[in-house]
Amino acid sequence: MTRTQVVKWVVKPMIWAVGLGIPARLTWGAFHDALGADPVETIQRWTGRGALVGLFLSLAMTPLRRATGWNEAIRLRRLLGVFAFLYASLHFVTYVVFDQSLSLEMIRKDVMEHTWVTAGFVTWLLLVPLAVTSTAGMVRRLGGVRWRRLHQLVYLAAAGGVLHFLWLVKEDVATPARFGAVLVVLLATRLPLWSRNRPPAGAPAGDRARPPARRRPPPEALDSTRSPR
Amino acid sequence: MRVRQRGELPASAVTPESTYLDRRNFVAAAGGVALGALLPPGWRAPRWLDDLKPTPYDAVTTYNNYYEFGTDKASPAKLAGSLRTSPWTVEVAGEAKRTGRYAYDDLVRPHPAQERIYRHRCVEGWSMVVPWLGFPLGDLIRRLEPTSRAKFVEFTTLNDPAQMPGQRGDMLPWPYVEGLRMDEAMHPLTLLVTGLYGKPLPNQNGAPLRLVVPWKYGFKGGKAIVRIRFVETQPMTTWNIVAPNEYGFYANVNPKVDHPRWSQARERPIGEFFKRDTLMFNGYADQVAGLYTGMNLVTNY
Repeated sequence: MTRTQVVKWVVKPMIWAVGLGIPARLTWGAFHDALGADPVETIQRWTGRGALVGLFLSLAMTPLRRATGWNEAIRLRRLLGVFAFLYASLHFVTYVVFDQSLSLEMIRKDVMEHTWVTAGFVTWLLLVPLAVTSTAGMVRRLGGVRWRRLHQLVYLAAAGGVLHFLWLVKEDVATPARFGAVLVVLLATRLPLWSRNRPPAGAPAGDRARPPARRRPPPEALDSTRSPR
Repeated sequence: MRVRQRGELPASAVTPESTYLDRRNFVAAAGGVALGALLPPGWRAPRWLDDLKPTPYDAVTTYNNYYEFGTDKASPAKLAGSLRTSPWTVEVAGEAKRTGRYAYDDLVRPHPAQERIYRHRCVEGWSMVVPWLGFPLGDLIRRLEPTSRAKFVEFTTLNDPAQMPGQRGDMLPWPYVEGLRMDEAMHPLTLLVTGLYGKPLPNQNGAPLRLVVPWKYGFKGGKAIVRIRFVETQPMTTWNIVAPNEYGFYANVNPKVDHPRWSQARERPIGEFFKRDTLMFNGYADQVAGLYTGMNLVTNY
């Protein structure tokens, strides 16, 4: 199999299987009293951490491609990001339904008064335009440069998600701190000193590490315009 | 939170009324059965405030905040097994006539165990109903003959990192210390607990001896108590030291006084999906509100 085929027939199906498997397992557990003493907490823990992991994996694709030259990694970026949004949305929905019983007034008060809730809510809002523009059609319509600029919101979202987690915990900050450390590493890989080839002025951001000798790869945001779906 | 039946059908002008009514009955009956079977367990039987149906034993003994055995709620049940609760001695100290070291049996034996089914409300926003086994702390205090200078009682939890792995880190300043005002300690609802569900207290629930003050947030109930001290001034209590703006000395359950980071107006009963309203003094207002007459409960949180 070519690497493109590996991505298409192995890696992507694996992401789908895990990405949908966890919510399926949580749903099954909810109906079979198998989510521990506090099922809502279990669901929120898995969906919240799942959203962060999804965002981090998505953010890891660009440095992974730079480090390995494995250009196909970039094809996974949007899929992982969409799963991050799915998890963030499930997380938000369980909050709206189970924590606040669909009361807009209680939600408004909670979001306004509690910093960690504000951070979580803003994080989810930031992800909405990214999810909406995640289709191949939207990528085409916006054009690579504008699309990439818009999707830089993901950095804010990832930071917001970590802050949401950090401000939630009562005293034991170890776990959110570990998430924060991963994010710091992911952001550090984007500092200019890591990129081996500074692009000439005016070149689209994000293609900096492209080995000059290789055939020009398609703009990374546009991967699926070539793929047959 | 009442679970609403979905599937209210709009009236139809086309269908004859009799058929329409029939269909409605059928849908209501079938829908009710189907919905009941489909809903997660916590949705099927909403538990009402006055229905003191005990939380299942498994939940009570596997969902614990006991940082001496880790901050994860599942870890006390996994790690507390190694705690040696026998022999156990409790030091009685401070402003009382009968101070000294008491063997557990000497302290507890004179007081017959009673079952008390109490609501248990955590400051984090969840709650349980627990059938405790214990005796009123006031009975013990009378036996220990505190002096007139005893205005507060302080409870200290075991400090032994060898047995309590959570104490190897500095998550909290060890040992865990809690305290009550004398009148709170003497209140007939205040319980020294030695068991639950008719059995000896599991280690993860605070064996061999813990405090339960049902109208206060759960953290007021010190576990694995090794010292009871009568003092003249308000004790420095652990969570109050760690985060004084979030956890006060009184920590009375109060739906109107929010924690800085979350509302205390509602709580999630463990095992249920939806929250319900939190009651003033956790539902024990009739018995305990008098203790706080004239006190500002917003500043004395």
